[in-house]
Formats: sequence, structure tokens, C-alpha cells
Amino acid sequence: MQAEEMRLDGNSAGGALRELFARDVTAARTTCRECGATAPIAGLLLYGGTMGLVLRCSRCEAAVIRLVRTPRALHLDASGLSFMTIEV
Amino acid sequence: MATREAIAPPRLEWRVARVVDVRDETRRARTLVLEVPQWRGHQAGQHVDVRLVAEDGYQAQRSYSIASAPENPMVELTIERIDDAEVSPYLCDVLRPGDGLEVRGPIGGYFVWSTNLSGAVLLVAGGSGIVPLMSMLRHRAAAKADQRARTPVRLLYSARTIDDVIYRNEFAELGHDPDVRVGLTITRNPPSDWIGYRRRIDRAMLEEFAWPASDAAVAFVCGPTPLVESVASLLVDLGYDASAVRTERFGPTGS
Amino acid sequence: MPDRPFIARGFHGRRPTAPADRLPPGQYETHDFPVLSAGPTPRTSLATWDFTIHRADGRSMRWSWDELMALPRDTPTVDIHCVTKWSKFDTRWEGVSIDTLLAAASVGGPVDERYVVAFSDGGYTTNLPLADVTDGKAWIAFGYAGSPLPPEHGGPARLLVPHLYFWKSAKWVRGLRLTRNDDPGFWEQLGYHNRGDPWKEQRYDGDA
Repeated sequence: MQAEEMRLDGNSAGGALRELFARDVTAARTTCRECGATAPIAGLLLYGGTMGLVLRCSRCEAAVIRLVRTPRALHLDASGLSFMTIEV
Repeated sequence: MATREAIAPPRLEWRVARVVDVRDETRRARTLVLEVPQWRGHQAGQHVDVRLVAEDGYQAQRSYSIASAPENPMVELTIERIDDAEVSPYLCDVLRPGDGLEVRGPIGGYFVWSTNLSGAVLLVAGGSGIVPLMSMLRHRAAAKADQRARTPVRLLYSARTIDDVIYRNEFAELGHDPDVRVGLTITRNPPSDWIGYRRRIDRAMLEEFAWPASDAAVAFVCGPTPLVESVASLLVDLGYDASAVRTERFGPTGS
Repeated sequence: MPDRPFIARGFHGRRPTAPADRLPPGQYETHDFPVLSAGPTPRTSLATWDFTIHRADGRSMRWSWDELMALPRDTPTVDIHCVTKWSKFDTRWEGVSIDTLLAAASVGGPVDERYVVAFSDGGYTTNLPLADVTDGKAWIAFGYAGSPLPPEHGGPARLLVPHLYFWKSAKWVRGLRLTRNDDPGFWEQLGYHNRGDPWKEQRYDGDA
């Protein structure tokens, strides 16, 4: 896997986040706990590749959401998020 | 047809789609035409996740934007072949009609558009970033005349060479619609008789081509990260509301 | 995950064939060197770079880049194994053995902490038993395949612990904290194994 075909923002985290939220959250508004920047999930920068999902603030690069799927569980760290608003 | 369910269907499951047809678009881009069982439709701009599992259990997964309009019962994906990559050479060189392909989707509620949203639309693409924007254009082309009249479009598409422009013939046709304006910029060796732009998208080009901020257009920008971030920032400088500029960043390919 | 996954016809039909005893369970050999990062590539100038070992009692020992370069160095050739299932054989590195650094850090008192947390520019951390970085098993590596380690692979320097899954070989490493208790790092907090031995297939928390 070169740096090919890489989707680099939260748009493509949509599928993985669906497993957790049971709905699409790519448009959800987030507030970064570190610097206060607001952005939709789609506007967060995506890292982690096959290891897991790391969504980072595009302003300060702090990890806002981290998600790993192991064979037995989903592991979520949302401590980098202070607020999230999902329109219904 | 796009329905609210298409954005938030009850379960997102992996399904085995059947490859019905393949179509070469350019020397590096190929379209796969898929029949996806129990497909409930999608919104223009959404993508699917594709998963490949080898006999020995090895797995690879990627996301691909849906190129087809929601009105098309088949799901079309346009794949750009990246040399030495893991997935795209398989999809472009090995996969053939009759094969199965595991997909999950449609996914995405942010980078989506429909003719239900009245107002001017600005589409800016770099390289394979054109794919989700093409779904939007095809969706609009299938709409009624009054819907099309309410959603005038300007598309600015940056490609490396003329041979890398995907859907070129279709743009010529779309250009017949008075409410559609297509601008192409070729950044590497444009033909000598080229009358389009010949450089990377910059502020002057956007000032000239994009809707003025007073038209309150919604903008969708898709392609390599540097292009997307630069264009998004320039549009805001030109007066676009930040919330009206939607972005989708692809990897370091395209122009 | 499905019980019977759909097999994609012809996907990875051609794969390098590796001798069975060299490949840990569940791994596939690659000739590439995939880049996997938890965050953006940091850019730290060598003038400001340093490496620090922090002891549990609060003492620390620090090396500048020049000081690190002056230490005796090894050129290990090792196989590496990523938890995402690729393995790469005979990778060539240049670096300073952790034993050398720990010896200097033990001057004020023998090293008796049982665990270590490696920390990096950008905030990445990984934890492992101290016994897994001693006795010639680990290095601070700054050379790869005969050239300076490129930034996307962890340059200027990364931890190299090849007998464990490669996420333990922290890129852009800036130091080690020696600890009395195991303190899960970036991926370990999210379910990856605290030790990560590929031969025991210790991928996730709860694996043997």
C-alpha cells in the first residue's frame, strides 16, 4: 500500500463510523477540545490506514476521534471532541 | 431515486455486487458498471467502500465515489489506476464482467447534492476528484427543465494532460445546456490549439470563472489535498461562506 | 465480519512465496515498504532534536543529535512484521543500540523499571516491557537501506524493535519513559496488545 488511492478526510470514515453511530455522521459538527475549531466530521483529516481511524483537527492536528475495530470489539476514543452535533 | 433512506438506511452491510460491464474512460481510468443487490439508491456525491479478500484471507479495503446518477439503477464507479498500488490495478486490469465485487454503501451525508437544493452550484475538481461531481452533473441532467433552470452549474476541472480528462465527450454534450458552464485547465503540455486554461487553479482563475459570492452558490471541491485546501481557502477569500464550501480530499494523485 | 467472506477472483494471485519458518502466523510477505501513520509527518530540525530517557524517579538523560551520532552504532539486518499482516525480510538499518543508551542512563542507579513507553514528535506513544528493548533487541535507528531514514518512515530517527509488531517501532521517536507499571500507548489504548509478539500472534488485547 503506497500512499495511493488514499482518502484523506472524514468523508471516507463514514462507513466505519456507521458501525458505531448507526447513521451517517460525516456532516456532524464537531468541536476540537484542544483548540476549539469547529468542523464537520468530513473536514477532519484522516490517518491510521489499516491500523484504525484517526480523525485529526485540520487546524491544530490534535486527534479528535480515534476508532479501532478488532475481531472482538470496537474501541473508541472521543476525548479529543468536546461537542458533536448530529442533525436528525 | 434518492430518498431520505438512501442517506441513512437501516443497516450498512457488505454485499456482493456483480460486474455487468467495464468501460475504459482514459488510459488510466476505467468505469465499472455494477449491479448491487438490494440497492436502495444513493445521493449524488456519495461513495461506496470496496473490499477485496484473497484466498489466503488477506484483505484490502478502499473507498470509491459513485460516478453514476441516482436515477441509474446500475452503480458505476470510475477507478483511476495507480501503478504498483494494491487495489486499483486489480479493479482496472483483472476484474471483468461476471465477477463479483464486495461493496458497502452508499456512504456520505456531507459531500452530497441534489436538485432539491435550489441555487447556483460551483463544482471544482482535480484529477479523479471529478468522479463524485460527475454524479451530481448526471443527476442534474436527468432532472426536469424547471429543476435544471433553478440549479445553474459551473464546473472547473483541472487535469494533468488532455488525455487525462475523464468524461470529455460528456462535457461537450453538457455544454449544450445554457445553464451549465464547463471550464478545463490542463496543467501539463496542453495542445498548441488549446483554448482552455493552462495552469493550476489560482485566485485569478476562480475570480474569472466561479460564481460571484453574491450568487450564494454552494461549492463542492474534490481532488488532491493541496488543490482542495487551496481552492476552499480562495473561495472563502472571494467571499464564499465557509459553510457553503464542501470538500473531499483524495490522495496525492491527479493534477 | 462475515463467516464466509466473498473471495475476489484473482486478487493477489501472485504473491512472493516465503519460507514457512520465516513468516509469523497470519502474515504475508511484501517487497514494498508500506507507509502507515497515525498523524502527519513531523519536521524536526536536527539542531533542536534530542533524545531523552526519563527514569521513574524523575531523573533523565539527554542526547543531542550530534551526541547520538558520536555513539557506537550497529547495522542490523532484520525481518519486520506489521500487525496489518505484511512482513518484509532482510531490512537493513543503522542505529544506536538501546543497551548503549540504557547503560548511560543507569549511571545514577541500575535500571530496574519493568516497562518502557516510547514517545514521539506528534504525540505518538507505544508501551512495551523493558526486557524487549535490551540485550541487543532494539535500536534508535537513523539509517535505512544505506541512506538516512526518510521522514515518512520515521526519520530522523525511530525506535526499531523488530521482534515485535512494527507499531512498537515508534517513528519520530524522541525518548523513552521507563515506568514501573505498564502504561498503554496510542494504539494499545484502543485494543492493540501491550506486548505484540508476532510469533504468538499477539495482535490485540486479550490475545495469548
